Amino acid sequence: MTFTLIIKPDSYYFFVKLEKVHIFASCYSKTKFFNMLNNYETVFITTPVLSESQMKEAVEKFKKILTDSGAQIVHEENWGLRKLAYPIQKKSTGFYYLIEFKSEGSLINKLETEYRRDERIIRFQTVRLDKYGIEYAEKKRTKKSKETEKVRED
Amino acid sequence: MADNQSEIRYLTPPSVEIKKKKYCRFRKNRIKYIDYKDPEFLKKFVNEQGKILPRRVTGTSLKYQRKVATAIKRARYLALLPCVADLLK
Repeated sequence: MTFTLIIKPDSYYFFVKLEKVHIFASCYSKTKFFNMLNNYETVFITTPVLSESQMKEAVEKFKKILTDSGAQIVHEENWGLRKLAYPIQKKSTGFYYLIEFKSEGSLINKLETEYRRDERIIRFQTVRLDKYGIEYAEKKRTKKSKETEKVRED
Repeated sequence: MADNQSEIRYLTPPSVEIKKKKYCRFRKNRIKYIDYKDPEFLKKFVNEQGKILPRRVTGTSLKYQRKVATAIKRARYLALLPCVADLLK
């Protein structure tokens, strides 16, 4: 029995040859075929009624959801209390928090249902970063870390 | 007569507007990613009412106009930019 497997790099299909029969398999998505991880960026807004400890608790909760289901957290940023451009649920301010993470796509559904269940969250948005987005985020991070170093030196 | 016509002199020189050619700022500055978290930058592509400016006004190329539009819409959803406003600038 001869068995050959051909996988071309950067294509989403492979051939399996069993004696005289060719089996062709393909996948519509590159990420699923190679089991790749995507970079995502999620921003959520919580109600301004929360105290600082409550806010921390909410952040911890979502970070735990992410790490428990196998995501790596790359970066996080607290924007603090900001004025909203328009009222959401009759509130004119909100705490913004940003988390950048690496994971499979199936996790997003789970995360977003958790967002919807939580009453403290008034708005959320998850966005996949393309290669330029990843580059941009990295640049921004290095810039910021340099600035903080400078401040410390001063 | 023909000579006279060619020698028309104006008291004040006629102001002919020299059109500056528009260019795509993303192509020129090699910006590849448009951040939706930066509302101050996105305000350049929005009019006073908060509407997205057309390509013929800003000169952005089609590829980046699409990206600008999605970035503005994302910013609007997160309440970083208003959906409707007056006197935004």
